[in-house]
Amino acid sequence: MSLASASLDRAVEPDRALNADSLNADARREARGMLALLSPGLFLVFAVIIVPIGWLFWLSLFDESGQLSAANYARFFEQASYIKTFVTTFKVAFTVTGACVLLGYPLAYMLSQLPRRAASICLIFVILPFWTSVLVRTYAWLVILQRKGLVNTWLMDLGVIGQPLPLANNFAGVVIGMTHIMLPFLVLPLYASMKTIDVDCLRAGMNLGASPAATFWQIFFPLSLPGLASGLVIVFVLCLGFFVTPALMGGGKVIMWAMRMEQTTSLYSNWGAGAALGVVLLAVTLALLGLFQWLLGTRATGVWSRR
Amino acid sequence: MSMENALPISHRQRLWLYALGGLVMLFLIAPSVIIVIMSFSGSSLLEFPPQGWSLRWYESYFGSLEWRDATVVSVKVAVMTAIVATLLGTAAAYAINARTLRMTGLINALLTASLIIPVILVGIGTFFLYARIGLNNTLTGLVIAHTVQGLPLVVLTVLSGLRSYDMNQEMVARSLGAGRFSAFFQVTMPQIRFSIVSGALFAFITSFDEVVVSLFISGGETTTLTRRMFNALRDQIDPTIAAISTCLIVLSIVLLSAAQLFGRGR
Repeated sequence: MSLASASLDRAVEPDRALNADSLNADARREARGMLALLSPGLFLVFAVIIVPIGWLFWLSLFDESGQLSAANYARFFEQASYIKTFVTTFKVAFTVTGACVLLGYPLAYMLSQLPRRAASICLIFVILPFWTSVLVRTYAWLVILQRKGLVNTWLMDLGVIGQPLPLANNFAGVVIGMTHIMLPFLVLPLYASMKTIDVDCLRAGMNLGASPAATFWQIFFPLSLPGLASGLVIVFVLCLGFFVTPALMGGGKVIMWAMRMEQTTSLYSNWGAGAALGVVLLAVTLALLGLFQWLLGTRATGVWSRR
Repeated sequence: MSMENALPISHRQRLWLYALGGLVMLFLIAPSVIIVIMSFSGSSLLEFPPQGWSLRWYESYFGSLEWRDATVVSVKVAVMTAIVATLLGTAAAYAINARTLRMTGLINALLTASLIIPVILVGIGTFFLYARIGLNNTLTGLVIAHTVQGLPLVVLTVLSGLRSYDMNQEMVARSLGAGRFSAFFQVTMPQIRFSIVSGALFAFITSFDEVVVSLFISGGETTTLTRRMFNALRDQIDPTIAAISTCLIVLSIVLLSAAQLFGRGR
């Protein structure tokens, strides 16, 4: 540092000290202003999400006579009907997630390989269902899959089957309906991450003599895994708490976690037990998402912001 | 054909991939297409393709006082939700983007919490809270609950708009003497208005299609369209619902196209 600039620095210093107070005051005012902009939104989230869930958590800690106890949670291990609900829920969630991978990966891969224009047209087929009411889509599957529905009518007319296949109001119906609803949640983040894979890496592989299949499995597939993981986690987590499709297509036989919560609170007015179910569901959801974020360093909720 | 993805693999070698992808696309779109076609059926049997055509299911929808009332409730709630969520969400996105506050991560997580918290838990919790303060079966209660569901989409959409906008422009306006608010409304807002409108449309559609929370907190005079549909589907499969579903599908297409159009305008 030259002598001249050092002396200049010293000359500026008293000014800086004088300014510091007013600068700090300014920064504080700025922060208060920003907090004021955030507070209405944060207040609503607190009022409608945090407070009620906290309240339910508190309720879950007391048994029916108002005594502090773990009875509401102990039930989950003791009553066969609860265990069955959990088993059903995880069975559905795993099956749907698996089906989404099998259907979604090829679609996302195709989308990522198509020219821009064609890809954006094909994307409509993913985005339109994504924004179509879950009720509408569940209704459609009921019409298609029920006893006298389209699939059974067609197959019987063609003589393929003599008796209608049981497709709706059972496990199969729930899985088909839910796969349709969850598929975009897998395809969208997967497609977004596939688009970021550098084509030059693939080209280099092929130039060095790798077959198309080897290029895919040794270069493309490993690079697409983070996007796949993101889609997997979000689909699985959404499946665990899903309500509409199992409630309408389960025929009362496929009782999933969320339906159990609805029945316990609405039908039996057992708020403690329903709340405990909710607390565990939330804990599992947050644990899975937290684990994902910790492992991969990104949020699994990216599906909503990349559009 | 563009060169961006040109791998030395011909389209013919890829036919199997296109076939597979096409089948999955068919799986995704077929249910909506079938419902739209069946809504014009002349018979009350659910046959496909329909033997005859008519508008009777639309007449039955628009002629029914119950369905009409429910539709009016849903439209009112969705419009108010879109307005409230857009105001609160845009303000919040602006504050997050300014990065003057600590704990932005936590704030972000809170504002977008309703995307990942199981909606059944929110429904039960909100019902429980509303029962204490008398907000069940009210429009106000519905708008508040739906605003929280729509808020994340507004925040994320506007935030992505702000990220591609140079905040220095607003600073320049302010250094030239514009007040905080006039700088925002005259300089920033015109440039992010497309994101704001998209966010509002997403909030509208989120509210209009919301089922689970409405199932718990709406009823009587404030029964939403989706709640009535849900209950109708529990009983029987009435083809009137095909007509309503078609209207909902058309609404989704219109709103999405609007959002796309506005998104392009940037």
